[in-house]
Amino acid sequence: MSEAEASSRVGLGDRDHMLGWLMLGPSLIYIAALVGLPFFLAIALSVTSATVGDPSIHGFVGLGNFVQVLHESAFPLALRNSVIVTLGTLILTLVLATAESELLVRDFRGKRLLQILLILPWAMPVSLAAIDWLWLLDSEFSPVDWLLRHMHLLGPGSPLGPANHLYYYGKEWLGLGAIVMINVWRLLPFATIIVLAGRTSIPRDIFEQAQVDGAGFFRTLFSITLPALLPILMVASMFTALLVFGDMAVTALTTRGGPGYATQVLPYWAYLKGIDGGALSEGAAVALFMFPVLLVGAILALRMAYRTDSQGDRP
Amino acid sequence: MMPVLRRLGFYLGLLLFTLFAVFPIVWMVITAFKQDADLYDVANNPFLYNLPPTLKHVTFLFTGTNYPVFLWNSLFIGILVVIITLLLAVPAAYSLSRLVGHWGERSGIAIFLVYLIPPTLLFIPLYQIVTFLRAANTVWALVLVYPTITVPFCTWLLLGFFKSLPRELEEAALIDGCSRWQAFVRVALPLSLPGIATCIVFAFALSLSDYIYATVFVSSAASHTVSAGVPTELIRGDIYYWQSLMAAAAIVTIPLAVAYGLLFDRLVKGFQSDSAGSEATP
Repeated sequence: MSEAEASSRVGLGDRDHMLGWLMLGPSLIYIAALVGLPFFLAIALSVTSATVGDPSIHGFVGLGNFVQVLHESAFPLALRNSVIVTLGTLILTLVLATAESELLVRDFRGKRLLQILLILPWAMPVSLAAIDWLWLLDSEFSPVDWLLRHMHLLGPGSPLGPANHLYYYGKEWLGLGAIVMINVWRLLPFATIIVLAGRTSIPRDIFEQAQVDGAGFFRTLFSITLPALLPILMVASMFTALLVFGDMAVTALTTRGGPGYATQVLPYWAYLKGIDGGALSEGAAVALFMFPVLLVGAILALRMAYRTDSQGDRP
Repeated sequence: MMPVLRRLGFYLGLLLFTLFAVFPIVWMVITAFKQDADLYDVANNPFLYNLPPTLKHVTFLFTGTNYPVFLWNSLFIGILVVIITLLLAVPAAYSLSRLVGHWGERSGIAIFLVYLIPPTLLFIPLYQIVTFLRAANTVWALVLVYPTITVPFCTWLLLGFFKSLPRELEEAALIDGCSRWQAFVRVALPLSLPGIATCIVFAFALSLSDYIYATVFVSSAASHTVSAGVPTELIRGDIYYWQSLMAAAAIVTIPLAVAYGLLFDRLVKGFQSDSAGSEATP
């Protein structure tokens, strides 16, 4: 125990402890009441037959709702799509955020203006971003289709097919791809800020030394920058993954889960079942399927962050 | 030879990232001022004004819809949520980092676990709680619920900040006769202002962006936020009021982007004191 630490232990009297709990108390009570309680309510709901018309928790049905939900044809699709959209967004966002932070770590003229332009997507509420992209990839008036037609990539006798439009949101894989793109677009500024925080903390002399040693750009990137960034990349991926996995706005406003259930995701399906369809208990059961996935993801990310940290040269 | 190539690559990279970020926004702004006859003609170049631009749809947004109400609600909720978040998260983070003993400093993971339970998992039981409290269909439902998203995040961010402050500064204040509370208010708080600034921006952005609670808890236009109100009011069945929708999005986004963009370096700093890594250091 260092001297400073010892003295702080001495200073930590009973009154400090009291003050500590007083300062922490309100947050703890708030979180217990509005995260803890509803979490257990969600579990309780999921084993009953509650509906919007009769929302009280009675009529115990055990795991009936889970079994019921598991047997629906939408379930495997919703789970698959949630995982695909989350992983796809995560990988693309991390790669792009690392590249973007590598550019923004340098100083250049007009950087402030560029920072404003680059943060634009993140300043937009998710639902409005989804609507923006719905119009951008409209079935008839999409300017992307227009550009493709003018480059002779789309339209009769062209590589992308004879149709004049791609109908992004009407197709399974194009729809999922579009949902991934929207998520990458809206979360890239956020991820870049986090990665940039890690990037600017890497001491400059390491890079100078590497340059003296004759390491090229990619050598430096893979043996210095990326290993040093790993802990912060884990933080960035946790936040990105949570924001994507838990989001229903993008799907709800673009493909609406269709065609059929081809692009359905768990959160939107839970909403459709629980609120729109009125089967609160089944909706809660669907939502609860998300928890183990999130838990496993978080544990993996935290373990990796810890491992890289303990191997680092911290004192 | 190499430096020239590198420079070229550098600016090309910046250009591509900027295009990716800006293209959908440019498209949005162009659309907002288009006449119907211009917009709905497949033969037209969609990037140009083939007919003169019009303010008709922007005017409609402010006179024919509840958009001004949505804007006001979003601002009102956002500000209250920021205040509540700071009141809860700042003392909690300080307490965890200094006052409640060794385990408090390592509680970063526990906070993460709270953050791990997303709105989509909680909205059904929270809907019942909000109804029980008779807050459903009012802005207060959202004021009450949004801190569940912002408090864990800001506590986590500030925990890192307080931990990175040298203890000696507050100890000096204690020796000089300050109480622990005074040491917190006069010494620790001013030093963590960069972290607090980041919290303000993120709490506001998170509350503005929420869609699920805003849709589920509120159904009357008078209490809707921008996030939920604009889609409900300007998409009627199969009819999309595209120009007004785009204007609605641009009016919210562009001023906020300027504000966030000017704070860009500060936001980066807000994450700097902490990473998942620093909570592992004893």
